[in-house]
Amino acid sequence: MAHFEKASSITEWLDQRLALTTVKKVIALEYWIPKNINFLWAMGMVLAFTFALLVISGIFLLMYYQPSVDTAFDSVNYTLMSEVGFGWLWRHIHGVAASVVFLVIYIHMFTGIYYGSYKKGREIIWLSGMLLFIVFSAEAFSGYMLPWGQMSYWAGMVITNLFEGFSPDIAGGILNAPGLVEWIRGDYVPGQAFLSRFFMLHVLLLPLVIMALIALHFAALRIPHVNNQDGEEFDYHEAAKLYKEGNTKESKVIPFQPVFLSKDVFVLGVYLIFFFYLVFYHFNFAMDPVNFDPADGLKTPAHIYPEWYFLWSYEILRPFPKDPGLIAFGFAQMAFFLLPFLDKSDTVAPANRRGLFKYWFWIMIVDMIVLTVMGKLPPQGIWNHIGLVAAVVFIALFVALPWVTKNENRA
Amino acid sequence: MKNELKILGVVVVFTAILYWGVEPFAHTQMHKHVDGEHFAYSDLNESTKKGNVENGKTLVMGAGACTGCHGIQAVAHKAPMDAATAVSAYGVNPPDLSTAGGLYSEKFLVNLIENPAHALKVEHKFDVAKGKMHPMSAFYGAGGDKAQEIADMVAFLKSIAPKEISPKNAYMDACGRCHANRYGKLDQLGQTPTFKSETDTLKHKVAVLEYQDKLKAYMGKLPPDLSIIIRARSEHFLETFVENPQSQLEGTSMPRVGLSTQGFEKVKAYLTQTGDPSKTAREKIGPWVLLFTLVFTILAYLWKKSMWKDH
Repeated sequence: MAHFEKASSITEWLDQRLALTTVKKVIALEYWIPKNINFLWAMGMVLAFTFALLVISGIFLLMYYQPSVDTAFDSVNYTLMSEVGFGWLWRHIHGVAASVVFLVIYIHMFTGIYYGSYKKGREIIWLSGMLLFIVFSAEAFSGYMLPWGQMSYWAGMVITNLFEGFSPDIAGGILNAPGLVEWIRGDYVPGQAFLSRFFMLHVLLLPLVIMALIALHFAALRIPHVNNQDGEEFDYHEAAKLYKEGNTKESKVIPFQPVFLSKDVFVLGVYLIFFFYLVFYHFNFAMDPVNFDPADGLKTPAHIYPEWYFLWSYEILRPFPKDPGLIAFGFAQMAFFLLPFLDKSDTVAPANRRGLFKYWFWIMIVDMIVLTVMGKLPPQGIWNHIGLVAAVVFIALFVALPWVTKNENRA
Repeated sequence: MKNELKILGVVVVFTAILYWGVEPFAHTQMHKHVDGEHFAYSDLNESTKKGNVENGKTLVMGAGACTGCHGIQAVAHKAPMDAATAVSAYGVNPPDLSTAGGLYSEKFLVNLIENPAHALKVEHKFDVAKGKMHPMSAFYGAGGDKAQEIADMVAFLKSIAPKEISPKNAYMDACGRCHANRYGKLDQLGQTPTFKSETDTLKHKVAVLEYQDKLKAYMGKLPPDLSIIIRARSEHFLETFVENPQSQLEGTSMPRVGLSTQGFEKVKAYLTQTGDPSKTAREKIGPWVLLFTLVFTILAYLWKKSMWKDH
């Protein structure tokens, strides 16, 4: 057994047993972050904070929510909104945060793409981030089922239908999965079994997976370090030594706490002004009116569309016939995962300094926005054509990426 | 700093375009646009006559006139039938007329008395030529100048209407006979009572269900519960739909309600009470929360500045 001296203070007592001073050093005081960064580097913190808001508001909602097809709608729209003190506030925070978290995820993701923060040792950061995106999507979808409104029901119907697979006449029916949709739903149509399991996924399994993935995402940052605005590679030991000696101006790094954190908290403040403005004055975008009609399996809404953050991939599915559409959809889900391997360039630099990739990046952003808008519009006339072109452009962009980036190495 | 603002500008511009595309723009493409006329009912005829209240009273209360079917609590006249019997007899329960003069547009009332199916815009359902009569019969005149007589009746209804009608009463009189509002604890028979015994609770429930069955037969389907309709439809939709249901939903069996602008405001106030009860609290707390985040941000900025001074 280790030898323990009598401690003279609580801090010392804890330190002997938990090495708190060392832990604090490792994760905060001497966790070195490059100095050459802008506010986009605070998006990780903004995301962590928004996730915390979602968890906390979710816990409060959970105390009143009833996962039953008969009472779910009213437990959300009546009990929480009329009878529970500040229930409306928790609900609006939860609803708005669930939508805004995706805006920040996309900004975070595109920041990573723009600055090339997904390659040369940072692959696991990227891949764990993409896994987080997928699980967040599942979390958002399962949460959307819970109020059991018209859009919950019909979006649940449409999305689970995707698991039917390809038509039975393709490849001898090997890619068709009879019964899979019913197995997922626990019924022929969304009903009580469906609601209960999505409730479980939303409040238990998926949040656990998200928390584990966040830990992995943070851990993956340790060795390759955070990227910087110029993609510059430098010696962290050297820079840290310089900083600790007091040459803070010359050093290329800052400690996470308090220097990096002070900027994070400021950016967080600006974000919170925006966030609470939405919560109090502009929440309809996150709480679709259609979902304020109770679920009715006999009445299909005139327009069924997913929440805005799924629209781009929905639009890669929609303009094609069933089977090619599924292939395109699957491709869209995988495309961003493959980014570190499709990008053949060794250069880590902002896209604007990277030859053809510069055009690739901005075309990709514009295409994603076009896809998103077309995904919401009714699939008629010109919108359908624009959507089809944008979907083809998306696929072409990722197929072409290796050739777009290959020549950079020669320059 | 300049660089950061430039980056922020790019983020904001792309976000704004995205928002515009999936919200305001998409909604203009998804929903049919209907211009409202603020309850002017320009398709109906204007009455030029000035009504006489006393004469109107005689006409309204007279034998075989309005009170043969309608109750008027304001003058202590009970409806000849209770709601359940009335709905069996007419398909729909004739409203009590006490508040009619205060809720509905005068022009609408004049036209309603003269030709109900036309004023209510349900001629596609009730066509005399096909033997389908509207349950409210048109007023054929009491022997004098018909237009004058109608003006008199409307003048009487206006004279008995209470000066102040509560939002809840406005809702119950204008919508409540067909639409339940469970968040407001209203069913088609009125305020849902609470009983001590389960038997009585169930008896009431059965009475409501039986009423709803009759209503279903009359309307084609059970009119939806309006508890939270204020959040399920846009304000513009509700206004234009109430003003003229056919404009938004062609062929619907919902009649034109005929509310005046003030009458509609009352109904809307009640729908907001039941469907968006946090509105007042939101508007009260919102500014303080925003002020808090603003002060927080200013302090955070000062902290950031002091931290980055030597870096």
